[in-house]
Amino acid sequence: MFGKKRVAIVGAGVTLFRRNLKETGKELSFHAAKMALEQAGMELRDIQSVVMGTAPDAFDGVHMKGEYLADGAGAYHKPYTRVFVGGGTGVFAPLAGWWHVASGKFDTCLVVCEEKMSSCYPHPQYAFTTIFDPILERPIGMNLIWIFALEMNRYMHKHNIKKEDIALVSVKNKRNALDNPIAQLAANITVEDVLNSEIMAWPVQRLDVSPTSDGAAAAVLVSEDIAKEVTDNPVWIDGVGWCIDSTYWTDRDLYYPDYVEYAARMAYKMAGIKNPPKEIDVAEPYDPFDYKELHHMEGLLLCKKGEAPKLTREGVTQRDGDLPTCPSGGLLGCGNPIAAAGMMKVCEIFWQLRGEAGKRQVPGDPRTGVAQAWGDLMQYGSVIVLRR
Amino acid sequence: MSVKIKHYPGEEVETKDFREGKVLFESFRPKAKYAWSAGIAISRFLEELKNGRIIATTCSKCGRIMVPPRIYCEKCFKPTDGWTYVKDTGVINTFSVSFIAADASRLKEPIVVAIINLDGASEGMGIVHRIEEYGDWREIKIGMRVKAVWKPPEERTGAITDIKYFKLVKE
Amino acid sequence: MSLEKITNLFDARHWIGHMEADYRYTLGIAGERFFKEIKENARIMGAKCPKCGVVFVPPRLYCEKCFMKLEEWVDVGKRGEVYTYTIATIDIDGKKLEKPQIYALIKFEGAHGGLIHKIGETENVYIGMKVEAVFKPPSERKASINDIAYFKPVK
Ligand SMILES: [Zn+2]
Ligand SMILES: [Zn+2]
Repeated sequence: MFGKKRVAIVGAGVTLFRRNLKETGKELSFHAAKMALEQAGMELRDIQSVVMGTAPDAFDGVHMKGEYLADGAGAYHKPYTRVFVGGGTGVFAPLAGWWHVASGKFDTCLVVCEEKMSSCYPHPQYAFTTIFDPILERPIGMNLIWIFALEMNRYMHKHNIKKEDIALVSVKNKRNALDNPIAQLAANITVEDVLNSEIMAWPVQRLDVSPTSDGAAAAVLVSEDIAKEVTDNPVWIDGVGWCIDSTYWTDRDLYYPDYVEYAARMAYKMAGIKNPPKEIDVAEPYDPFDYKELHHMEGLLLCKKGEAPKLTREGVTQRDGDLPTCPSGGLLGCGNPIAAAGMMKVCEIFWQLRGEAGKRQVPGDPRTGVAQAWGDLMQYGSVIVLRR
Repeated sequence: MSVKIKHYPGEEVETKDFREGKVLFESFRPKAKYAWSAGIAISRFLEELKNGRIIATTCSKCGRIMVPPRIYCEKCFKPTDGWTYVKDTGVINTFSVSFIAADASRLKEPIVVAIINLDGASEGMGIVHRIEEYGDWREIKIGMRVKAVWKPPEERTGAITDIKYFKLVKE
Repeated sequence: MSLEKITNLFDARHWIGHMEADYRYTLGIAGERFFKEIKENARIMGAKCPKCGVVFVPPRLYCEKCFMKLEEWVDVGKRGEVYTYTIATIDIDGKKLEKPQIYALIKFEGAHGGLIHKIGETENVYIGMKVEAVFKPPSERKASINDIAYFKPVK
């Protein structure tokens, strides 16, 4: 059920998330990787394999970015793999780390995620124009924000959801981020602030969106035998799932991310979870936009389709609610260095389950958590279930 | 973000620090030019656009009429085995009103983009295009009917832009 | 449906475009200090690992082998040795250069790594040749690798 070997996370690390950091991508990778090793009480020589997760080369502006970042990730003279599934990378990287260890091939794997989006200026969004079909879509003038706006509009239309309800997610996550020392955009804002912020691409407004960021995050994954040697409180990777939807994004029904559901079902089955809202104590759904947290809560089967806005309105997803979501502050509050942001969510669940989250700690001694990321052209779901 | 960690690395710099020389950097602009080939199915699709028609491929196994056309059915994973025309009218599946350009700069006049489900294609088949002649953008609704506005034949080049845009039409 | 054989892409239906992207790469923590030393003091520095003792040129923030933070910096001098070289006769677009240009990987005594740079003031080059950095005048230096104009043979 858990592969050949059960896999635990025994240490995690993150850098600050900021619009511009002076460090190079390699230096950021080093800081996060080193912190994860120190937290695990391990050294680089204890590491048998390394996985790097990092999003499009066009952000950092370095082709073969995996190779470029390898030394900062501690990969020198080690089996090394760079994985990439767009925005889904940050949760996919620890999944790849999991199969390195679960297969029995390695006892340890260092997973590092990095992004330095500030290299691409005036705005990294421009680098995204080449993700679209060059013949059919680019001539129309496609723009990254459009596709999310199209999806958000479809979601709102299908369930008759008001923007006010979606804005609550932004308010919650930015407020949660006030207790997060790495956060870039922590703030006390109101629903009115979101609704009055400038329109980018209707229905997407400025405060519906996470910023672009630089940052890195990392974790140390080990087999059960090693986990017992190095720590008294390992956090187990008990469920993994991933799935991609059709390449024809214009053919999908955008109101619901069924690929996230498939990934979640795969992970829950492995973890033996039958009733996700009851059995999951804390969740970090991917929230690059406020509506995405709701969309992903539904895809993660944490509630019924169209029900996430209601739960949010009722306070269920607050840190002290029945189903705390994005206690870290998420991407909306902490920033969105793509791969590092997804990995930060995994780190947050790790710290929440260990009871180390300090002011962000969700009450009730959480034992099971889920983190999820979303990527490629609105079509990739990666899901990880962690347990103490 | 653990209580056990006292310091989080990272030296923040402001965007203006780059202008003011407070942070050292190298600039670079890659020279990367491309000619993307349209491929087998889309070449025919574009050829037909030049004739003012929209062509789709069909799969005899699942019965789908697919537009934009493709040479294989990705669901049945077999070659598609027929061609058929679909209409240049359809329904707005979803839309967005954009006030920003691709480089995130502000536009003076918004652009409306939509996914359009064309009449005659299988359910769920969409193409992405612009909407114009809509009046007030706040009045645009999902489910409204639209029709292609074509360039005059002599201006068509065999490109998706041979359809200038879709306009709203009354039921 | 047969796949047509097309040797010139422009014969097929296509769409022309380019990737418009401008980049600004921070030199980073170690890089900024390294290039400031070159600019302000015409010094080539390395960073020494407290654990394995290796001196890295160019200096880095960390030792990739021991994963230690490098805080001790040492001057490795202006002189080095050609480790390997190439003689370029065409430019990046494939155009013939007026004059061939020697590029070499230059290593410094006691240091790990090295710098890629031009070799000037000579048409001869060989592996093991002793070379010395020629710095641009201070007013022309911009904290860049090109603050070193080239390396010349040591007499
Ligand atoms: Zn089929
Ligand atoms: Zn060392």
